[in-house]
Amino acid sequence: MGSPLLDLVEKAYLKPKQPTYHIGDTVDVRCRIVEGSKERIQIFTGVVIAEGGKGVSACITVRRIVGNEGVERKFPLHSPNVIDIDIKRRGKVRRAKLYFLRDRIGKARKLRELRVQHKKTAKPALAAAGA
Amino acid sequence: MIPGLLGTKVGMTNIITELGAMLPVTVIKAGPCVVLQVKTKKVDGYDALQLGFGDKKPHRATMPHIGHAAKAKTGPKCNVREFRIAEATEIAIGDVINLETFGTEDINYIDVSGVTKGKGFAGVMKRHGFGGKEASHGVERKHRSAGGIGGSANAGTGRAVKKGKRMAGRMGYVRCTAQSMQVLKVDTENDLMIVLGSVPGPAGSLVEIRRAKKKG
Repeated sequence: MGSPLLDLVEKAYLKPKQPTYHIGDTVDVRCRIVEGSKERIQIFTGVVIAEGGKGVSACITVRRIVGNEGVERKFPLHSPNVIDIDIKRRGKVRRAKLYFLRDRIGKARKLRELRVQHKKTAKPALAAAGA
Repeated sequence: MIPGLLGTKVGMTNIITELGAMLPVTVIKAGPCVVLQVKTKKVDGYDALQLGFGDKKPHRATMPHIGHAAKAKTGPKCNVREFRIAEATEIAIGDVINLETFGTEDINYIDVSGVTKGKGFAGVMKRHGFGGKEASHGVERKHRSAGGIGGSANAGTGRAVKKGKRMAGRMGYVRCTAQSMQVLKVDTENDLMIVLGSVPGPAGSLVEIRRAKKKG
């Protein structure tokens, strides 16, 4: 964040570990929902179309289609309500913000998913890139 | 009782509560301050503490400034402010006060004074919250204008425009106090204070911290 003192303050509120997702990944976000005194876990599945903020404010925008209607939700990564982020599929994308997906309808939207590489095949490629 | 502290606004960030609520907070580095002078009713006509905060390089300070600080057995200070006190206290010249001595444990709310960010020459909508005019319906070139400033009826009173009529002009860079700021956390080790919401001025500016006047 620039200021070491601000970092010091933020440190107390950061989660120690963050999942290594990428833009374009299809993820399962498991989040805690509190209804009155009851607590349950909801899974929100969708594509990570953007990330924003830094430090404690870091968040991701996840887009999914519910009943032919686009739904986007922003998840603060360091919120205790966001329990876990599972990566289901890797997406092959070339930009940081996938806002163009909002204008895609029907199959055009799905085309993107066709380009998605499965984790099994993606893994060796990643390892090679890392080495 | 220590009336207040001097500090700098470090900046703003968020903190997340256990329930997942994200709160906008301001981080203030408060103190340590040195008591440069204790003013008394007998000598000065009023009771106050003069606090110094932030070191100044001696070669940049004037001799009177250095001499004044030397009475408190310290170097010259960048920022010197007075805090009124109700009556003489046991606080003496040269005492170092910080968040711990300020008594942060029983302080839940504070007032924070600072100098607001300068906004330059601002129009009436920004400066005074005027409504402006419509975007359409025949309005041309005066969407943000102030409207009338007084009609001919005022001429009979001796002036056409009333004094104090709110108009465009310089905005900001004035002293401002944010009252009853909730203190969320205090870090005496690093002299940090975390308050809910925003505080006047840009990051890095001087702020005065006092016990809240209107809230316990």
